[in-house]
Amino acid sequence: MTTQLLLVQALNGLQLGILLFLVAAGLTLVFGVMDFINLAHGVQYMLGAYLGAAFAAATGSFWWALLLALPAALAAGLLLEVLVFRHLYARDHLSQVLATFGVILFVNEGVKVVWGAAPLQVPVPALLEGGIEIMPGLQYPLYRVAVLAAGIATALGLWWLVERTRAGMLVRAGATNAPMVSALGVDIGRLFTLVFAFGAMLAGFAGVLAGPIFSVEPGMGDNVLILAFVVIVIGGIGSIRGAFVAALLVGLVDTLGKSLMPDLMRLFLDPSAARQAGAALASMLVYVAMAAILAFRPAGLFPVRTG
Amino acid sequence: MREAWLPLAVLLALGLAPLAGFGGSYETTLMARAMILAIAAVSLAFLVGGAGLVSLGHAATVGVGAYAVAILDAHGVTEAARVLPVAIGAAALFSLATGAIAIRTSGVHFIMITLAFGQMAFFTASSLAAYGGDDGYTLYSRTEVLGTRLLEDRLAFHYLCLGLLALTWAASAMLLASRFGRVLRAARENAQRVEAVGLAPYPFRLTGYVIAGAIGGLAGFLLANATEFVSPATLSWQRSGELLFMVILGGVGRLWGAILGALVFVVLETWLAQQMQHWKLVFGPMLILAVLFLRGGLAGVVARRHG
Repeated sequence: MTTQLLLVQALNGLQLGILLFLVAAGLTLVFGVMDFINLAHGVQYMLGAYLGAAFAAATGSFWWALLLALPAALAAGLLLEVLVFRHLYARDHLSQVLATFGVILFVNEGVKVVWGAAPLQVPVPALLEGGIEIMPGLQYPLYRVAVLAAGIATALGLWWLVERTRAGMLVRAGATNAPMVSALGVDIGRLFTLVFAFGAMLAGFAGVLAGPIFSVEPGMGDNVLILAFVVIVIGGIGSIRGAFVAALLVGLVDTLGKSLMPDLMRLFLDPSAARQAGAALASMLVYVAMAAILAFRPAGLFPVRTG
Repeated sequence: MREAWLPLAVLLALGLAPLAGFGGSYETTLMARAMILAIAAVSLAFLVGGAGLVSLGHAATVGVGAYAVAILDAHGVTEAARVLPVAIGAAALFSLATGAIAIRTSGVHFIMITLAFGQMAFFTASSLAAYGGDDGYTLYSRTEVLGTRLLEDRLAFHYLCLGLLALTWAASAMLLASRFGRVLRAARENAQRVEAVGLAPYPFRLTGYVIAGAIGGLAGFLLANATEFVSPATLSWQRSGELLFMVILGGVGRLWGAILGALVFVVLETWLAQQMQHWKLVFGPMLILAVLFLRGGLAGVVARRHG
C-alpha cells in the first residue's frame, strides 16, 4: 500500500461520503421533522440516476440531463408524497417501514420494466473527461473531483439554507419540537412537503452525479439507502451537521476498509483467507462503527431532540 | 381465544391437504415453504406484537440457522440430533450478542440497529467462500434423523413442519400469557411503570429476543432442508421486510395472525409470479394498500366479524 494509492482511496472515500450526505440530508430532515421513516428514499436516488441516464441518452448532453432530471426527481418525490407518504405520518414506525418497503418493490420493478434489468452506462461529460495531477505522477479523474466540489458546494448551500434562512429556522425548530412549531401557527404540513420534495431532489441529484461513476441498475438505491440510514443514526437524527460528519466518516471507513482490510488481514492469515476475511470485515466495518457509537451515544454524535 | 377457530381450521386444513389430493411435489413444497415462513413470522410476531420490539433483521436468525446446516453438511455432519441443536443454538447466540446491544436503544434506533446487524450477517455469509459465497451452497442431502433419511419423505417433512408450526404457536402463546410474557407486554405499553414496580425490562426483553432468535434458527434449519440450498439472499434485509409484512398482514395483536399472514403471503407471491413476470409491480402497491387500509390485519378483520 503506497501513499499514492492511499490518497486515491481517501479521495474516493470522501466522494462516496459526499454522495451519501446528499441522500442522507433529505432523509434526516424528513425523519427529524416528521418522525417519518422513509425506506423509499433510496429509490429517489435510483430514480435520479435513471432519469439522468435517460435524459443524457435523449439529449446527448450530461448538462441537459442534469437540468431536466432535477425537476423530474422533484416531481416524482412530490407524487409519492401525495399518493402514499402523506397518509403515513400519523401511523407508527412499523407501518411506515412496510408501506415504504412496498414503494421500493414497486419502483425497483418499475425501472426494470421501463429501462430493462441490464445496467445502463452514462458517459462522463466531455468537459470533465480526463484526469488532473494531484501529486507528481498521480492522475485522478477530473469528473470525480467535480463531484466532490459539487457536493461540497451543495453542502455549504444547504448549511446556509438551514442555519441562515427563515425556512431553515422553521425546519430546525420542527426537528427539535414539531408540535410546538405547529402551535405557534406554522403550517407544519406544508413545511414538511417542502422539506420532503427538497430532500427527494437532493437524493436525485446524488443519483445523477453517481451515474457516470457507478453503473445505473435496479436496486442500486437499496445499498445507498442502508448506508444513508447508518449515516443519520450515527450523526444524530435531524442533524444536518451530524449527517455531514457521519457521511464523510462512513464513506471513508467503507472505502478505506475495503482496500486496506485484506492487506491488514494478511499479517495474520494466509493470502486467500486474508482476502476473504478482509472483504467480509470491510463490508461490516460501517455497521460495527454504528453499533459501537450507538452503544455509547444512543442518540448519535450530534443529538437534536432533547427530552 | 374464541376467534382462534380460524388458525386451528387453517392448521387442520394443512394437515388434511396431502390426503385430499394436494400431496404432489409442487403442492407440498409450496406448503412447506409457507409453514416454515409462518414459524419465523410467529417468532417475529412474538417480538413485535408481544414485546414491542420491531426488528428489521429477523431474517438473519433464519439465515444463521440455515447456514449452520450448510456448514455442518460441508463437514459431513448431517445427523439432526447434532445439527438441530447447533442451528438453534447458533441463532440464539447471534440474537444474544446483537440483542445485548440493540435492546439498549429503542424506537427508530432499534429498527436501524437490527437492520445493521442483519446486514453484517448478510455480508459475512456472502464472504464465506468455502460455503459458496455469493452463489450459495447446495446441500448434499437433507439432514438425517437418527441415521434414517426421514426428512427425504415428502409427507414426513410436511407433518414435521406442521407439528413444529403448531408447537411454535402454542409455546409462544403460552409464553406471552405467562408471568414472563406479562412483564414483556407491560414493558411494551409503559417501560417506566414496569421499572416503578421494581422490574428491569432489559433482561426480559433480551430473553424474549433470544427466544425469538432461537425459533428463527429452527425455521432456518427447516428452510435449508426444504430447499436443500442456502444462500446469502436468505439473510437479506428484504427477507426481513417480508417477514414483517407477514406479521402486519396477519395482524400484530395476535400471534396466529402471523400464520395467516405467512400463508397468504406465500400464496399471493406464488400466484402473482405465475400470472406475470413483473409481479412486484402489483405486489408493492398491494403491500401499501394493506398497510393503509387493513388496520389490525387479517386477524383484525376476523375478530371484528366475530366481535
